[in-house]
Amino acid sequence: MINRIFAWLTDGAHWQGYDGIAARLIEHLGYSLIAVLVAALIAIPLGLYIGHTGHGRFLVVNLAGAARAIPSLGLLLLAVLWLGPRFNGDIAFLLPAGLVLVVLAIPPILSGAYAGVEGVDPDARDAAKGMGMGGSQVLRHVELPCALPLIMSGIRAGTMQVIATATIAAVVGLGGLGRFLIDGLAVRDTPQTASGAILVALLALSVDMVLAMVQALIVSRGLTGRYKRVKTFDPDAGVTPPAPALQHVA
Amino acid sequence: MTWLGDHLGDILGLTVRHIYLAGVPLILGLFIALPLGWLARRYKGLYPVLIIGTGLLYTIPSLALFIMLPFLLGTKILDPINVIIAMTIYTVALLVRTVADGLGSVPEEVNQSATAMGYQRVRRFMSVELPLAVPVISAGLRVAAVSNVSIVSVAALIGVEQLGSLFTDGFDRAFLEPIIVGVISCVALALLFDGAILGLTRLATPWQRAGEGSS
Repeated sequence: MINRIFAWLTDGAHWQGYDGIAARLIEHLGYSLIAVLVAALIAIPLGLYIGHTGHGRFLVVNLAGAARAIPSLGLLLLAVLWLGPRFNGDIAFLLPAGLVLVVLAIPPILSGAYAGVEGVDPDARDAAKGMGMGGSQVLRHVELPCALPLIMSGIRAGTMQVIATATIAAVVGLGGLGRFLIDGLAVRDTPQTASGAILVALLALSVDMVLAMVQALIVSRGLTGRYKRVKTFDPDAGVTPPAPALQHVA
Repeated sequence: MTWLGDHLGDILGLTVRHIYLAGVPLILGLFIALPLGWLARRYKGLYPVLIIGTGLLYTIPSLALFIMLPFLLGTKILDPINVIIAMTIYTVALLVRTVADGLGSVPEEVNQSATAMGYQRVRRFMSVELPLAVPVISAGLRVAAVSNVSIVSVAALIGVEQLGSLFTDGFDRAFLEPIIVGVISCVALALLFDGAILGLTRLATPWQRAGEGSS
């Protein structure tokens, strides 16, 4: 069986054409990118606002938990069946499916952005105010950079959710790598189904790795501690810190 | 609402299967994550390895994992064991970090006092560290429980019956009612799991309520 899957994956004919692996991969990435982008454009400003002002904190905290309980497959099929008949052509499934992808990506990104700003060291915020920064300056120059690690984990969680749901969305006619799984299951073409599953898993892993690299690049070194070989005292390490040089002088 | 009345028995059966498919992995996952989390805490070098490794497992989309497992394990594709194992993997992936962080939240003075009182490693873990880590572990368990209930429904696509089958049945017949009933049942089941864990946590941490009502 492993040989048959390998043969399916390495068959050049399966990579080309409008329904080939390359085209499906680009479709899958395209849907996911658009959905995450739209969700981020809504969720990040909203999360920053809520974290900065504290208005609507209750909403965010509960939304993230409630969203996790909603089965994505049910929401997807419900949206297509309910909204689909109101539109013609491809829009009939593209719009409801896209809407569901965006809706599912919003809660993790929103709670990441909110928790990021909420968790900023109050001393850092005070210091920024003490330096004469106004509210929006504190947000842009202190809160946003400090919140970046959590904003990025929110985006990563949202992206994984979207890639997984876009796979399932092949059931309602959406393109993408999910087609190989859903079509393969329908006609009991095992090598195709298994190859599709492997491709989807690889796609999710690589996208997450790329986002992890982006995160490492854009998060300030002051937060990650990624300095060039500067020895710092790690309070968790359980080793006694080296005596400060001043003591020798005194 | 006649459909609902006619199918109450079916829905109940699907609910029981859903509880089984989402609940068993939760317990299995917790028992696997406890030693792994302890190892991650005990040996500092293992922490990033386990966290990154389990994080990678968690990124695999559920439908892909459900389909790949039969090939890796040699099981039949319709066998519910694939779903149980996939959900256990997700549960472990979520809980290893939680257990490690929970054990890390136990104050060092407490551990040292226990050692000074003569607690050996295993007994100290069972009767001091683990109980004190319960609030943090329980928070992670609630997240795992709620997402398990929702992810299990995807297994309807590979033909494993549970509440998610109502979604696919309804969609195939262009019939909204089963889908709505399915979504509501799933959410209700998630709330039930969440409430059950919350209740057990209250029972396991009586000291957290020690100050209540005494003011």
